[in-house]
Amino acid sequence: MKDFWKRYSRNRGAVIGLVILAIVVVVAILAPLVFPQSPWRMVQRPFLPPLSMDQYPLGTDALGRDVMAGLAYGAQVSLLVGLVSTVAALLIGIPIGALAGYFGGWADDALMRFTEFFQTVPSFALAIVLVAIFQPSIYSIIAAIAIVSWPPVARLVRGEVLSLRSREYVEAAILSGQKSGTIIMRQVLPNTISPIIVLASLMVATAILLESSLSFLGLGDPNMMSWGYMIGAARTVIRQAWWLSFFPGVAILLTVLALNLIGEGLNDALNPRLARKGK
Amino acid sequence: MLRFILMRLGKAVIILIAILILNFFLIHAAPGDPAAVMAGEAGAADEKFIADLREQFGLDKPLLTQLGIYLGGVLQLDLGFSYRQQMPVADLIFDRLPATLILTLTAFVIALTLGTIAGVLASARVGKWSDTFISTLALLFYATPLYWAALMAVLVFSVYLNWLPGFGYETVGANHEGFARLLDIAKHLILPATTLGLFFMAVYMRMTRASMLEVSQLDFVKTARAKGLKPGIIQRRHIFRNAMLPVVTLAGLQAGQLVGGAVLTETVFAWPGIGRLMFEALAQRDYNVLLGVFFVSAAMVLLFNLITDILYRFVDPRIRVG
Amino acid sequence: MSNPVLSIRNLRIALPEGADREFAVDDVSYDLNKGEILCIVGESGSGKSMSANAMMGLLPDLVRPVGGEIMFDGIDLLTLSENQLMDLRGRRIAMIFQEPMSALNPLMRIEDQIAEVFEAHNLLSPKERSARALELLKEVGIPDPEKAMRAYPFQLSGGQRQRVMIAMALALEPEILIADEPTTALDVTTQAQILELIRELQKKHGMAVMFITHDFGVVAEIADRVAVMQYGRIVEAGTADEVLDNPSHDYTKKLIAAIPTLATDQAVAGIDKAPVLEVEGLCKTYVTGGGFLGRNPRVVKAVQNVSFTLAEGETLGIVGESGSGKSSVGRCLVRLMEPDEGMVRLGGHDMAKLKGEALREARKSIQMIFQDPYASLNPRSKIGRIIAEGPMAHGVSKGEAYANAERLLELVGLDASAIDRYPHEFSGGQRQRIGIARALALEPRVIIADEAVSALDVSIQAQVLDLLAELKERLNLALIFITHDLRVAAQICDRIAVMQKGEVVELGPAYDIFNNPKSGYTRSLIEAIPGREKDLAAVTVG
Repeated sequence: MKDFWKRYSRNRGAVIGLVILAIVVVVAILAPLVFPQSPWRMVQRPFLPPLSMDQYPLGTDALGRDVMAGLAYGAQVSLLVGLVSTVAALLIGIPIGALAGYFGGWADDALMRFTEFFQTVPSFALAIVLVAIFQPSIYSIIAAIAIVSWPPVARLVRGEVLSLRSREYVEAAILSGQKSGTIIMRQVLPNTISPIIVLASLMVATAILLESSLSFLGLGDPNMMSWGYMIGAARTVIRQAWWLSFFPGVAILLTVLALNLIGEGLNDALNPRLARKGK
Repeated sequence: MLRFILMRLGKAVIILIAILILNFFLIHAAPGDPAAVMAGEAGAADEKFIADLREQFGLDKPLLTQLGIYLGGVLQLDLGFSYRQQMPVADLIFDRLPATLILTLTAFVIALTLGTIAGVLASARVGKWSDTFISTLALLFYATPLYWAALMAVLVFSVYLNWLPGFGYETVGANHEGFARLLDIAKHLILPATTLGLFFMAVYMRMTRASMLEVSQLDFVKTARAKGLKPGIIQRRHIFRNAMLPVVTLAGLQAGQLVGGAVLTETVFAWPGIGRLMFEALAQRDYNVLLGVFFVSAAMVLLFNLITDILYRFVDPRIRVG
Repeated sequence: MSNPVLSIRNLRIALPEGADREFAVDDVSYDLNKGEILCIVGESGSGKSMSANAMMGLLPDLVRPVGGEIMFDGIDLLTLSENQLMDLRGRRIAMIFQEPMSALNPLMRIEDQIAEVFEAHNLLSPKERSARALELLKEVGIPDPEKAMRAYPFQLSGGQRQRVMIAMALALEPEILIADEPTTALDVTTQAQILELIRELQKKHGMAVMFITHDFGVVAEIADRVAVMQYGRIVEAGTADEVLDNPSHDYTKKLIAAIPTLATDQAVAGIDKAPVLEVEGLCKTYVTGGGFLGRNPRVVKAVQNVSFTLAEGETLGIVGESGSGKSSVGRCLVRLMEPDEGMVRLGGHDMAKLKGEALREARKSIQMIFQDPYASLNPRSKIGRIIAEGPMAHGVSKGEAYANAERLLELVGLDASAIDRYPHEFSGGQRQRIGIARALALEPRVIIADEAVSALDVSIQAQVLDLLAELKERLNLALIFITHDLRVAAQICDRIAVMQKGEVVELGPAYDIFNNPKSGYTRSLIEAIPGREKDLAAVTVG
């Protein structure tokens, strides 16, 4: 663990990423305390520019809602959707990849054709269609994101399992009489954890982008204030009020950037390159 | 080669049929009875009319028969009817398709060219400030929401600087002809294509850089150095060509996202393509159009994939000859 | 008489910080004379390739020369600029490498890769380059050189690719050829051909050759002079005869003593004992590259009608070159690979027919030791668990299994405290011992060792072989020893089966196989063993 942290912190970007993410998390947690009122409430006159009133440093939107409060509550939605949909995608992708890789043969063929199908289908368009048809809500959004983002997980896990499966220690486990389930759980999957963690951190970032894009198109949960929704609502008034789309965009950019930096740091820390050669 | 293309086409057809089946079930999952919706659109919602509609569209038949009818329709390029627009979905889409093709292809070319050039430059100066600069820029592009970048581009280049048009496909009412019209379209294309390409540029840049660095560690590069070849030649002939293989594969895989991204870009720039059509259909909950666009964009992705597969075969002799 | 083309004086090459020692090469001096082959010998990590790479200016990143000089034609190579070095490389000093599979650009035709050497030095017209390339391919003895010109590397075999590498190295008639383990990745018969080719070309062109190797057999075959390296220093240098026959340094003595000799006992153990394992008509054919909608599936007859018996306490060697099917036989026996046909009788069962629980139970009596000491232990499991896992899967209690693991670790010569440590804390040889302990944990009657010592340095190899012999004796095990190395087989096996293209071409007592081979293939294998003459001479003297 100490070793892990040492390798992680050697990547300066990764540390910056962690700090940014920590701030976003704190903001999301504190949002209801700092802004006890609903972010949907009109608090001032519309189109109040930033820095013109101390109480509303980021100004107000077309309906006089506090942009700052919106940003804080938006952090909740982004993190929630990013995290839950990634977990859901992992829950679909890992078993499919593990089964395909471990058992090979027709099971592999069938599962991989299935995966390939989902990978070929334009994912964002599918997400739009799914959310539109099943009606926008936090559940349909999470489900749609999970459905379009599991294929890379399945492929990664399958590839790892496939190479681990022919690894000699797995063969030794087979010979020593361990059962398939035990071998997958104890010998194979623990050794795929690091690439999965790295991929997962990047998937959270992608999921946040996806959620914000859906909300931007008007497919967000109508009861939740999200960054994408704020930008979408501000799109038509961009010429009058640049700040309405600018600040939520920066928030998304920073959060996604932070997660990507963390992903790189994790990669450095979990998969130290065995670059040194003996000779 | 022909055999390979035919095999790939066969696979593409299977995937398309699978998408159609998915589409069919999604239509059925869509809220509201299609007949009632249609009747509502037609402005005559009495029982008799709805029942007639059901019969006319075969909605009273078993599900599998309906699926057959649906697939048969698609074979004749019938993707259903849009009551909101009072037009067949296929006509709507084919009207808009050229604009999307121009946009996505331009974005793809911009992203691939600039991305690989930047990736090669960064890998050649690994660890130096120019590498740091390019890599940081790529990281930023990678994390920027596409639609937001588009909005900011409109704000800066169109609203404040007034350099480029930020709206539409060509200047409305200008009535340009011939070359002047092309120029006009090209001017309108710059902002949407660039912003759509940004994310992918970042992806290709990162991939190229990583791949160049990895290939440069391989044994045959040492062989090339031992021959006394100049670094420039080694870089071009030995490292770059090998490094491009995974980039080409990735470019094929990313095609789907490019088409998906077009929805956002076209929405912001009011670009009259199928992405914009999708956005309009969303606002009106016009499910037939929605699913039609989904199907056609999937077909486009398959086409992109086919092209990159063929490209790959030309680059890699192991697949071509072996 | 000595006429150095190259003199290295007090060369010192620094390793990056955090390496296991400060200098890769520490105060090394030697000469390379015109028209001689100098072998630099050492085990992995001895720094034997470093001075050659320094000469070419091809040291890995972060590794740099910090002292001494490399004098070539009156200039110190270490002082040259990159441009000056570039002019030298390929033209006056050429180099070939260990892995012919990866040393050629996979996307370029052979012709272009050879022509490039001329292009790099602005010599000849494109047409002349192509003509010269063809001449060179003929000179290095590539079959069908016209076709090879148009080929891509993946269409050539390992030996052919190494010939292409040699052709490229010879292109500009360099004064020095550096060969860095050029035959290590090749089969023994191919190795013999390449060694002969290098020898012949060296004589013909009067080059000085610096030949880097870990294999004393190869040294005996090719060297005029030898320098032995250990931990970055030269511990002994001299003519080949001096060093091989009369080593003065302890390390050299130890290395040479560790080489398995080809002398075999005439007495054969276990021939009268009851067989524990009987194999009859084993067949395995597999198809690659085909599959759903695929084309041109390649059919490989990996195992064809293989039959043998294994007596209690006996060691049967299965030897063959890569692709001979020797490993497939071992894997079919334990059903890591499904045999198509045949019978494997072990303890009253036909292993080839068992399924599910019965197979799991039967496998207890036949265990395997693997090749790669780094891939054969789960990096995330502690040693104790690695060994105890098997017995626990068969219902032994955890306490008992761990106690047994401690006992086994001591049996294989490790400390019992190892059970609480992870695999990465152990060296290659120690890991191989752990692998042996794991195989023993289920108290098998037969152990299959698949290239179990191939990845180890020769001194470690000798220790592991001794351990196996001792354990076999103490536990009355029967051993199937799969190897490509005839020397190893000669040392440990009672009987030997020689395999070629999936078939057993000869099976008999080790003594007969080596002294009186019946099959032509066996004979060619034995003749190809590097350093065989030297060895046989030693045998007659001793």
